[in-house]
Amino acid sequence: MAYWSPGPAREDAVSPLLSIRDLQVDFRAEAEPFRALHGLSLDVERGRTLALVGESGSGKSVTAQAIMRILPRSAAITGGRITFAGARSGERPIEIAALPADGTAMRALRGRRMAMIFQEPMTCLSPLHTIGDQVGEALRLHTNAGRREADAQAREAFASVGFPDPERALHTYPFELSGGLRQRAMIAMALIMRPDLLVADEPTTALDVTTQAQILALLARLQDETGMAILLITHDLGVVANMAHDVAVLYRGRLVESGPREAVMRHPRHGYLQALIRAVPRFAMRPGERLTPIRPVDAVIPVRAPPPRPVGPILRVEGVMKSFALRSGRFGGALRRVRAVSDVSLAIEAGTTLGLVGESGSGKTTLSKLVMRALAPDAGRVLFDDGAGPADVHALAGAGLFAYRRAVQFVFQDPYASLDPRMTVRQILCEPMEIHGIGTAARRARAAELMAMVGLDPAMLSRYPHAFSGGQRQRIGIARALALEPRLLVLDEPVSALDVSVQAQVLNLLKDLQAALGLTYLIVSHNLAVIDYMADTIAVMCRGRIVEEASKAALFRDPAHPYARALLAAVPDPSLDHPLDFAAVSGDLSDPSAWPAPFRLGEGEAGTMHALEPDHWVRHGAPGMMRAA
Amino acid sequence: MIGAILRRLLTMALTLLVISALVFLIIKLPPGDYLSNRIAELRAMGEAGSVAKAELLMRQYGLDRSVPEQYLMWLGLMPGPAGFSGLLQGDWGWSFEYDRPVAEVVGDALWLTLVVNLAALVFVHAVAIPAALYSATHRHSAGDALVTALGYVGLAVPGFLLALILLFYANRWFGLSIGGLYDAAYTGRPWDGDKLRSLLAHLVVPTLVIGLGGTAAMIRRMRANLLDELAKPYVVTARAKGMPPLRALLKYPFRMSLNPFVADIGNLLPHLVSGSVLVSLVLSLPTVGPLLLEALKSQDQFMAGFILMFVALLTLVGMLISDLVLVWLDPRIRMGKR
Repeated sequence: MAYWSPGPAREDAVSPLLSIRDLQVDFRAEAEPFRALHGLSLDVERGRTLALVGESGSGKSVTAQAIMRILPRSAAITGGRITFAGARSGERPIEIAALPADGTAMRALRGRRMAMIFQEPMTCLSPLHTIGDQVGEALRLHTNAGRREADAQAREAFASVGFPDPERALHTYPFELSGGLRQRAMIAMALIMRPDLLVADEPTTALDVTTQAQILALLARLQDETGMAILLITHDLGVVANMAHDVAVLYRGRLVESGPREAVMRHPRHGYLQALIRAVPRFAMRPGERLTPIRPVDAVIPVRAPPPRPVGPILRVEGVMKSFALRSGRFGGALRRVRAVSDVSLAIEAGTTLGLVGESGSGKTTLSKLVMRALAPDAGRVLFDDGAGPADVHALAGAGLFAYRRAVQFVFQDPYASLDPRMTVRQILCEPMEIHGIGTAARRARAAELMAMVGLDPAMLSRYPHAFSGGQRQRIGIARALALEPRLLVLDEPVSALDVSVQAQVLNLLKDLQAALGLTYLIVSHNLAVIDYMADTIAVMCRGRIVEEASKAALFRDPAHPYARALLAAVPDPSLDHPLDFAAVSGDLSDPSAWPAPFRLGEGEAGTMHALEPDHWVRHGAPGMMRAA
Repeated sequence: MIGAILRRLLTMALTLLVISALVFLIIKLPPGDYLSNRIAELRAMGEAGSVAKAELLMRQYGLDRSVPEQYLMWLGLMPGPAGFSGLLQGDWGWSFEYDRPVAEVVGDALWLTLVVNLAALVFVHAVAIPAALYSATHRHSAGDALVTALGYVGLAVPGFLLALILLFYANRWFGLSIGGLYDAAYTGRPWDGDKLRSLLAHLVVPTLVIGLGGTAAMIRRMRANLLDELAKPYVVTARAKGMPPLRALLKYPFRMSLNPFVADIGNLLPHLVSGSVLVSLVLSLPTVGPLLLEALKSQDQFMAGFILMFVALLTLVGMLISDLVLVWLDPRIRMGKR
């Protein structure tokens, strides 16, 4: 068995920590075998971060799994070498690709010399075991440490990844933690054995933007402290620009470009990377500049006479409140009320886009549901004006409500879960028209027209959703929303589930549809670059309140509120000229009582909106509260 | 926590009350009762003396009263001819068919039933869990196919048929006597070593027969649960930590796949009593099942009522146990979060 690579041991520091040569991975499939990696060659240098970039299906996760030898059972390494040189002196290089995947030699490497963190920290931790148990486990597996020793080391690991109370963390379950702390726990688990190589597979994709910045800062700091190498897998060029020393770009299982970050990002040579860089929404885009999608769509949008415009705004939200009852504590504890939306007021002019930004839990989705009348507010009104004067949405009944349902449509975040897999695309597109009593012939004609409007071939109407890619499905979702010729579309994170290479395509389509059909958009997102690209006016939400509202230009030029500033500062920009300030992202700015004066809000205090300039509003606390606090 | 358990106990008591009313009502639905049928029969045969005795019994047990009154007396909430003497006072009533107190008739059968069915339960878990673990981790292998095929055979073969076949061959090859839970010679003798040995030898066939269907079903369900769990990312995390496969399997996915089975305890307990009636009849096991069937057929109301109430109580206790075990096993339930 060739456990050890041939040749003498090399102790020179110039050999890379991990080197991959001509790696080939095949998947067994029903029809024909599928080759995920075609002869990939890569080097991960000691103490450096190599970013592996590509869209989904490019083979970047497969590469990580091959290195760790945790490929799914249907996949196998069918050629090439993965050589782990190790960072310790006097060590012989180990030929990973030749080891049995679950053998002792490979298991001694996994978790000890090379560790891995994953995208979804919730599902990657067992909900039934404390994180203290799961973090200390790696230590107990690889050394003969007992429970007490493992606990002590785990406590240290929790402290080094920034847990506020490491002792308590030992006895905490994953579901008691926020997403950021869960990912910190994963990092503690990976690093407790001080591995030479950390494989991070989209470690911040599932996190909020400020949390993402904190986790990236943490990884950079830990790398400085331990000298480990990081293989960072990501599709986010902003993350690449801020984290990587070296960059490798994968496309369909082949390496298309690699080199030091400066060279690759500033002067991309390969057409795919050039296209990818042009397709990503970023700050500092020129007004009116369009993204260039990698795969453009040819949408045929019929031009219609614009619908009657209302005198005032098409949608006005006035002092809306919504709270939910939460059951807390053990085994039937007391009910706790949580304010999801408190005293929110907004207005959208017809034909414009309002962007609602905030982190998870800020209440933006609840607000969009209140607008949809999927939830009823505890107080306040939602007024909709289709040209015949404003009407209170939550007082509508009968024909008025039926008409409102037609005028306001929703586009969902997840294009996989939002299309019924048992219905053909034609059935999906026709269902809203069926409900609203449009005749069969008209329905069929409209379905074909809708497909063309979102750039899909009407010949595909009789296919089922599984035949389409994520981006195509999202376009079907948009076509469904357009079926009834609505006036207002509520877009809840319309591209956050999509691959970066098709986001531009969907965003451009939405812009074109708005221009041609005079649509009004309420777009909800945590991605500031997307909001920047799409919105005319932006409202920043935190803890159920709008803390700042301004035109796009004013907000990005001169954000006033500390929370808005923190959000903007935390977005990793793909341009190398605007690096993240890791030192600035350490604090938690979502707590209103910790904001500096005059923004500080006491417990339950609403504060008031102050005009900084026309169309630029920011929330201030009461002066009395400032003295008290 | 303690308050929650007390609340649960209170609702259990209320549920039992409702069930008792339903049970009594349903037993009383067919016209007549054991004694009035008997009296009519005796009259037809012209046995006046016996009729007088039966009528005495009827008054003694209040069967001449209205149904609601009989119900309350049976519960012990209303004084009968012998004062307060019902379920609440621990008096389970009189079996007319056996002409003995229900407690006496049912007593031995009750715990023999538990012994037989607990043996079957242990057998089910001892066989099904390893088989399911093997079959889930070796999906689409020859071994998995074999386990699956055997499982389907176990599901498809009716228990009583298997009982007959096994009885025949057990007797032919090993000389095991047919039927019963101990050799006929020990009937009525006190429990000693010999009688226990005889019981153990006789337990083998019923355990197999009663357990086989359950084993097959459990393998299928456990395998499906495990396959779901094996695909979860936390299993990959465990592998990436360098955990040996078997240890990772037992610590993470197996533990996760236990919840549905714990939740099932509530259904298992009553099944212990009522689930093996047919097999008990065929094997002439002295368990509660045949007694219940007989009592229902002959309208022996106190006997049937008691057994049904006992099954209901077991169900409720089982539910309580499974809820408590789930709370202990799963921190998500313990802390009331998802």
